[in-house]
Amino acid sequence: MDKATAVADLTDLLAKFTAHIGKRLPTDVTQKLGELREKEVNFLAKEVYESMRQNQEAADKLDRPSCQDTGVIQYFLQAGAQFPLLGELEEILQGATAGATRMGPLRHNAVETFEEKNTGTNTGSKIPWLDWEIVPNDDSVTIDVYMAGGGCTLPGKATVLMPGQGYEGVAEFVFDVITSRGVNACPPLLVGVGVSTSAETAARLSKKAILRPVTSRNPNDKAALMEELLADGLNELGLGPQGLTGNHSVMGVNIESSARHPSTIGVAVSTGCWAHRRGRIKINADLTHEVISHEGFQS
Amino acid sequence: MKKILTTPIRDEDLESLNIGDVVYLTGTLVTCRDVAHRRLIEQGRELPVPLKGGAIFHAGPIVRQKDDGEYEMVSIGPTTSMRMEKFEKAFIEQTGVKLIVGKGGMGPETQQGCLENKAVHAIFPGGCAVLAATQVEKIEAAEWTDLGMPETLWVNRVKEFGPLIISIDTKGQNLIEENKAVFNEKKKPILERINQQVRFIK
Repeated sequence: MDKATAVADLTDLLAKFTAHIGKRLPTDVTQKLGELREKEVNFLAKEVYESMRQNQEAADKLDRPSCQDTGVIQYFLQAGAQFPLLGELEEILQGATAGATRMGPLRHNAVETFEEKNTGTNTGSKIPWLDWEIVPNDDSVTIDVYMAGGGCTLPGKATVLMPGQGYEGVAEFVFDVITSRGVNACPPLLVGVGVSTSAETAARLSKKAILRPVTSRNPNDKAALMEELLADGLNELGLGPQGLTGNHSVMGVNIESSARHPSTIGVAVSTGCWAHRRGRIKINADLTHEVISHEGFQS
Repeated sequence: MKKILTTPIRDEDLESLNIGDVVYLTGTLVTCRDVAHRRLIEQGRELPVPLKGGAIFHAGPIVRQKDDGEYEMVSIGPTTSMRMEKFEKAFIEQTGVKLIVGKGGMGPETQQGCLENKAVHAIFPGGCAVLAATQVEKIEAAEWTDLGMPETLWVNRVKEFGPLIISIDTKGQNLIEENKAVFNEKKKPILERINQQVRFIK
């Protein structure tokens, strides 16, 4: 296969995959929502879970984006240094976003800052947003697609604490963000927390945290304990679906961390709504692919 | 039995409603969000759609134009209502709108506007945009299309549109603000317990 054909084929595949993410929730999220729905007893909470169920069924049947806010498209790449189309991936993903926008159809959500004009294509300056990690001695690429909707992006917050505030300060920060702004972000939420050295490193890790499966556990025992304590504590607040009260506030809490300066604790929170639209696909060197997050994707 | 409101909505249709009640809407529902509010309130421009006794939806939908030029509603869920808090009281006073549908709660200004003008705010379940689209029978008009797809005023004919959960009623009660007060009250003892267990800096 020549390079131009390979680029066109991969662009088409990733456009279809991106459009698909707007229509079907990933397997882990669907399972978790099913569990939470079973545990609800409150009348309004049950009413909302029933609407959610009917909605996903209708989106599936009518082949439409399940939420009208299909977000700003973000791609998180773990790219093998030997992946044959490494240099072409940026162009491929821009094409995939434009293609998905026509196919979905996706809502037009890219407004040029300062120009204040909607581009109408979901592409624009640095959009789709690309986040790169290069993997040595590997010839495949694993791509997470994320549709960053406005409602669940709004609570996002980062700050830098003093070491005296400790991990207690981290817990307080997470609770403050969720009680003040989480209610509007379509709970039950997947809460991502970054604990790192500065505002922007923590913010990036908090977003990476919500790309992990909802039931995953941080490999560090103390971080895993904190994930559990925060999830249980937030659930005890009882936000319920849409903040109408209920037995759960969150689908889970995921923490990602890095080493940090001894004088700082960078902390950030990113939230994913109940309709957490992310997908993971692995592209091999021969351009065959494997969908990791969803079942039943037809290219 | 389903409680159904029909446009034009009268004061007496709303007076018996309380926060937490579930209703449905039949009639006309107009999308209206950030820029449309700003144009009316800040710039003093007249809205191209009369809203007296009417209903608005804080929503920016996905709409497809068919080959015959007709519009088709693809996906239309609520957006965060709190963004319109700055304008909503004046908006209610100036337009005579009776039902505001959106997501999440609204603040004390809207509460006051609802109390003084006998209007209500209701929550449609967020993210349930295809469910909502299937309750739109027809898009009857599109106004201020210069604002782009999300901000255009889409005039929808709806049938039994809902569930709509009353979050601010005509007595000035505010469901989400009451809930938030409970969440904040619970927060302190939970955090004290967590903080005992995360003293990792020694």
